[in-house]
Amino acid sequence: MTPEQIAAAKAAYPTAFRAPLSLRLRRYALWAGFTALFCYCLWAFDFSPMRIWTGILRFGDVLGFMFPPYIWKSWAEFLPILEGLGETLAMAFLGTLIGAVFAFPLSFLGAKNITRFWPLRMGVRRGYDVIRAFETLVLALIFIRAFGLGPLAGILAIAVSEIGTFAKLFSEAIENTSEKPVEGIKASGGARLQQIRFAVMPQVMPVIWSILLYNFESNVRSGTILGIVGAGGIGFLLSDRISAYKWDEAWSIIFLIIAMVYVIDYLSGLIRARIIGLNEGAAK
Amino acid sequence: MTATAEFTAAPPLSGPSAIAAFERDFALNRRRARVNWAIGAVLFFVVFLLTAWIGDFFKVTQVTLRDGSREWRWIIGAGLPRLGEFITKTFPVLRWDSLGADLAEWFWRWQTWLRLLVETILIAFMATVFGVIGGFLMSFPASRNLSPNRYVLWISRRFLEIARTVPELVWALIFVFCFSVGPMAGVMAVGLHACGALGKLYSEVNENIDMRPLEGVKAAGGTWFDQIRYAVVPQVLPNIISYTLLRLEINVRSSSIIGYVGAGGLGQEIRTAMSFQEYTDLSALFLIILVTVVIIDFGSEKLRHRIIGLGERDA
Repeated sequence: MTPEQIAAAKAAYPTAFRAPLSLRLRRYALWAGFTALFCYCLWAFDFSPMRIWTGILRFGDVLGFMFPPYIWKSWAEFLPILEGLGETLAMAFLGTLIGAVFAFPLSFLGAKNITRFWPLRMGVRRGYDVIRAFETLVLALIFIRAFGLGPLAGILAIAVSEIGTFAKLFSEAIENTSEKPVEGIKASGGARLQQIRFAVMPQVMPVIWSILLYNFESNVRSGTILGIVGAGGIGFLLSDRISAYKWDEAWSIIFLIIAMVYVIDYLSGLIRARIIGLNEGAAK
Repeated sequence: MTATAEFTAAPPLSGPSAIAAFERDFALNRRRARVNWAIGAVLFFVVFLLTAWIGDFFKVTQVTLRDGSREWRWIIGAGLPRLGEFITKTFPVLRWDSLGADLAEWFWRWQTWLRLLVETILIAFMATVFGVIGGFLMSFPASRNLSPNRYVLWISRRFLEIARTVPELVWALIFVFCFSVGPMAGVMAVGLHACGALGKLYSEVNENIDMRPLEGVKAAGGTWFDQIRYAVVPQVLPNIISYTLLRLEINVRSSSIIGYVGAGGLGQEIRTAMSFQEYTDLSALFLIILVTVVIIDFGSEKLRHRIIGLGERDA
């Protein structure tokens, strides 16, 4: 290819080589705005090199406490940690369960193929959004006022915030089901409830199980923070160790949490594979 | 099932027919399913009772009654009325004839709140920027098909896992100690968590790409970096933008919380309102956060659809 040919091609198809001026200008303006905002934030949040440097040095110190890892020497010391981990698990389990129990009937009200009356459906869907807008932590603060410090407040906080999430996810799963089995049941004289029970439910149950497992995992993760405000679980011990600057113990707790999350992920992966496998077996 | 197949292939001259075999297999399967179901139900019930016991569901606690006397009550029964009381206290008094004054009283700290709201959004923005940069860079060594070698893969995956398993609030506690109180610690905390979460999502996108462009670049003499830049990035960019906008929404939510431990944003006002028992402030703050989150969700959804639409048109 000669330079002349390239020049000819450039003259014939200018847009293939270069974006038109208006688009280029818009792109530059976007990048300029983005950079300006970024720099403003750097200035407003006081990202001075001095501060970053001392921060990194301190973070290095904190990280240094990871090695050698802190090991609890007696059962009396270790037992509260284990209890905290168990409490976190129990909170995630019960919170997910209660949330799912309440969300399940609500999800049918918000599904397009079940609730044909659209004002009701839209109202229910906005309701899910409002529930989801509550942060779990804020809910935990509210429930602590009512039920006192302890895992009960955490469970209710997880449950309420999961109602919104589950109802939305379940209703989407219900909307994604096929209409054909429903027609089959209808043709053989099934009532509306029977259509839902024998045509919709078998289709959504595997999806619901998988959503439940996934959210249980994520609740185990997020359940660790509820303890920071006093709603039970390992988070309380962790924030306590951090505020006492016992970094070595804090890191060990963090590693225990990570190990627990690992085990949960692995187990729920096994269960999910089994459920999906069973479902495929049933489809054959 | 195998027995049925045998019977169908070679029907016996005497003895049980294929129908009888089917009936027997069916009854067997049915019984097995029932037994499995019963075991599952019992296990579930035991776990439920155990967790309910750990979770204080059966706790009996002392409560103070209205007349000042103390009595033992079941914790849930005692707590529910208090919950109702608390929620009714957060409702502001709004009268129709003095609506303006009542609203002004409800949002009496609106100047501070507006400033902190802007700060919250900026924290989310900065955290998303840092999270995207970190997650994007880490996603290539952390994806199974692109990583230069096994050790780099292992280290980068573990890093991403630790970054996303430790919640923002814990990172915020740590960074408040390192970088002192203020929005900078919040940016670091939310950014690091976002880096872990985004790095995982991006690396999953990377693992699903078409490997042929990479071979093309390699055949033309491209290095690892050339392969990533000219073969991988163009393929993954639309997905990355979509995940990034979703993450921005999540970051707005989490940066409204991290102020609780002193890392900037509206969270510190929530804490103050809680401790000063300014109940109506709580509902005002909640309303502010709700409106902001809804607006950002809506805007980023529109933007995402536009970008996905643009990507499809280019393709």
